[in-house]
Amino acid sequence: MTAVEDRPKTEVGAARKRKEDQRLITGRTKWTDNIQLTGMQHLAMVRSPFAHARITGIDTAAAKKAPGVVAVLTGADIKDTQGAIANAWPITTDQKAPAHLPVAVDHVACAGEIVALVVARTAALARDAAELVEVDYDELPAVLDAKEAVEDAVLAHPDLGTNKSALWRLDSGEQGSGGDVDEEIAKARADGIVIEREYRQQRLIPAFMEPRSTVVDPTGEQITVWTSTQVPHILRFLIAATTGLPESKVRVIAPDVGGGFGGKLQTTAEEFATLAAARHVGKPVKYTETRSESLVSGHHGRDQYQTLTLAATKDGTVTALKVDLIANLGAYVGLVGGGVPVLGAWMFNAIYKFRAYRFTVQTVLTNTTWVDAYRGAGRPEATYAVERLMDELAVEVGVDPLEIREKNWIKHEEFPFTSVAGMTYDSGNYEAATARAKELFDYDGLRREQQERRASKDPVQLGIGVSTFTEMCGLAPSRVLGSLNYGAGGWEHASIRMLATGKVEVITGTSPHGQGHETAWSQIAADRLGVPFEDIEVLHGDTQISPRGLDTYGSRSLVVGGEAVVRAADKVVEKAKVVAAHLLEASIDDVEFSQGRFTVRGTDNGIGITEIATAQFTSHNLPDGVESGIDADATFDPDNFSFPHGTHLCAMEVDTETGQVTMRKYVSVDDVGQIINPLIVEGQVHGGVVQGIAQALWEEAVFDDQGTLVSGSFVDYTLPTAADTISLVTENTTSPSTTNTLGTKGVGEAGAIASTPAVVNALVDALRPLGINDLQMPCTPERVWKAIQSAGSNQAEATTGDAQPHFDAGAPNQDTPGDDAGASTDGAGQ
Amino acid sequence: MTRISVTVDGVDYSDEVEPRTLLVHYLREQLGKTGTVVGCDTSNCGACTVHLDGRSVKSCNVLAVQADGHDVTTIEGLAKDGELHPMQQAFHDCHALQCGYCTPGMIMQAIDVLNDTPDPSEEQIRVGLEGNLCRCTGYHNIVKAVQQAAGAGATTGSSAGTTSGSTLGGEPV
Repeated sequence: MTAVEDRPKTEVGAARKRKEDQRLITGRTKWTDNIQLTGMQHLAMVRSPFAHARITGIDTAAAKKAPGVVAVLTGADIKDTQGAIANAWPITTDQKAPAHLPVAVDHVACAGEIVALVVARTAALARDAAELVEVDYDELPAVLDAKEAVEDAVLAHPDLGTNKSALWRLDSGEQGSGGDVDEEIAKARADGIVIEREYRQQRLIPAFMEPRSTVVDPTGEQITVWTSTQVPHILRFLIAATTGLPESKVRVIAPDVGGGFGGKLQTTAEEFATLAAARHVGKPVKYTETRSESLVSGHHGRDQYQTLTLAATKDGTVTALKVDLIANLGAYVGLVGGGVPVLGAWMFNAIYKFRAYRFTVQTVLTNTTWVDAYRGAGRPEATYAVERLMDELAVEVGVDPLEIREKNWIKHEEFPFTSVAGMTYDSGNYEAATARAKELFDYDGLRREQQERRASKDPVQLGIGVSTFTEMCGLAPSRVLGSLNYGAGGWEHASIRMLATGKVEVITGTSPHGQGHETAWSQIAADRLGVPFEDIEVLHGDTQISPRGLDTYGSRSLVVGGEAVVRAADKVVEKAKVVAAHLLEASIDDVEFSQGRFTVRGTDNGIGITEIATAQFTSHNLPDGVESGIDADATFDPDNFSFPHGTHLCAMEVDTETGQVTMRKYVSVDDVGQIINPLIVEGQVHGGVVQGIAQALWEEAVFDDQGTLVSGSFVDYTLPTAADTISLVTENTTSPSTTNTLGTKGVGEAGAIASTPAVVNALVDALRPLGINDLQMPCTPERVWKAIQSAGSNQAEATTGDAQPHFDAGAPNQDTPGDDAGASTDGAGQ
Repeated sequence: MTRISVTVDGVDYSDEVEPRTLLVHYLREQLGKTGTVVGCDTSNCGACTVHLDGRSVKSCNVLAVQADGHDVTTIEGLAKDGELHPMQQAFHDCHALQCGYCTPGMIMQAIDVLNDTPDPSEEQIRVGLEGNLCRCTGYHNIVKAVQQAAGAGATTGSSAGTTSGSTLGGEPV
């Protein structure tokens, strides 16, 4: 506890240590899997091993006789009660989306899909019995790759007749926010610069640390669902909407949730299956996934092919950008689904003043794990593409990559700025963030070292990567979302309860899972109400306690939910002021509020807001006609997104003999508007940056030819470890947002959006003298080595066969440059 | 079923377990020691790390029967008389946790690192924590926390005190 004299003047801006930590560091955390209820049964899933098959028979007899088994259920057994998995954002009115049942009935479209449920007395007995369920499958051909899916030669869902889900387009000429793309590109072809590239966004797995878990208690008047989710309110709505259960009979609780990163922004087959099983047996049922189940059945992220054309004048002034995406949705259209690539539509043009812009995305269905939001959702893909292209443009023009950016970016005095994609950026100062980042990085010094290493033909080359990103966050304006056919609004809700003993409850509709809302919301409310930080309790993640909310994703919680707290607090003060004037026997016009006290102007007369709370509890002496109670609710729906930005600089060393890459230095200067808690902001940036670095260097979800997830455990899906990463240099500049009174912008996704291109740009920068202008992510030592070999860099001083005799040509188990079917875009010139 | 006797966080327990029961499941399901969590099924993530006779082990990688006659310390047994262990305090001070799921295992492993190397370099800390995955923090603040705890003399971590030479079923731990 902080002594009163140590209290900061304002809580907002103070590096408060988190309230959440105490339970987390002592093991008193309430994870869903920790919940035990009397009579609780355990659920195990029988999952399809095939990527695509018809189910021709399920024999449950042996499993039903197994020890401890209470019930074995197939999709057919629960087909009328199990509900459905919904897509909330059909991006076009004619979008094709297959029906998505929690438990498949006759057709499985990806490996890992649930085909039967086993309920038993313990989790171990349930798993044992699940092994005894015999499922007959007729295997069907599977389509896995998005480009193949477009051909429609093999269909992921034969009943749909096509793999193409939706074609969505934004064109600056058509919507009047810019010129004609084709015209500008034609001009550049005639007398300018045209850069055409294809980039691959590999498939990633969110890989939150807490495996998903659901407990459903069907006893009592309401069904209670505890689940490891980012979206308890959306889940409650969709349970009601798809199962027919009255919404008022369903309570969803997200207790402590161990990370999400978008991976828990979903209503899952497992949640609906657990609900169906619990209703069937009439007892509480728990399901907790294994990590292997999590990696194959939780939704994946990214997986796009990007075909890009950038046009510029000869001096490097950008004119047009044309973006054609193929986005792999996997087997089903998830909650956000095709909306993920669409969220990138306004961001490929980034901070640059293009005259014309066109974005087209074709979403496709395949027989792979479904793909949905993963940290950044659409914006990392966009940022990667444009930041890679800007480096290519710098090379064409023959200038430093920061110089080409500065030539084209929006100047700080030009805000608010309406982009060629039609978005109005609220505020920013790219010059300031870049200047500070260069200084922290010793940009000029590292450039000198790079020249020296090139000159001396050092086998370890140095590359410097730049990313000057922006993003749109705070998924909100309900009217904008409505115009995009999104199925929900973007408002957020808060309530403040002023308790009789002087304590305060802040109820938020956001649903944190590591972000620190309990601390940050306390800081906001403490300043606004003038009550001590310690006296505020933040409640969340339970639809009965916090009945209105739209949950946590898209860097929206602070900019939308935090502002709702401000407005609820202001309403509390307004209500309390009426009571204060009465008790102080003053005119309300003479009563002022500051730092938790109402005073009468020009006198020493005053009363604290917590005393008013006590007075309204007793209600012994309220003004005539005034209703007892000073609690208040507020809903906030901003007019616009907010647009954080920043400059990230990365130095990578590349061993040209082995392909080994090593991060030397990473600097970020992010402008996320007004900062509520610098400690939390710094933590968000660290985590985001490392997730983005991981996309660049290590992570990829890989399927074999049959559609089996090869990287299906943490042995093969290689998350970064402490030993793989370095300490980061992070700072901030501040351009307050104009879309909320706190001036905040989102920070949860910024790091992951910014860092990936910074790393790959650094690697390409190191190798560019060898003729390399692309590396496919993840840039593993093998891929880097192959790129170097196929670029011919070592030809002059090639290792002879004599020097390494057991690397003879034609011998088995060797990597041969250019002979990698799985990585056909490796190397130069792609 | 096999009977085992184990001391966990200073309390003696004697229970019947299935021979296949993992130590982590014994701790969580039979003793209610849910502070220790399960994050994977391949012994990669380290979320379930506890101390066995004072040395860190991944409790998903130890059978409950192997703990028979031994002393286990979990995250729940670290704080003494309401005082946080210096490593717990350092994690709080340095914002070394966000969602907190990896935190119990990370703290137990970090204490083990300092038991081995009381004054570690950044590199030694990073290598020492390599078997524990965190998805939230990017490790930056975890490294800082271990450095702070090292400065505060956070060795002699868990209660057991025996830090070498223990064996399980004849195999070195």
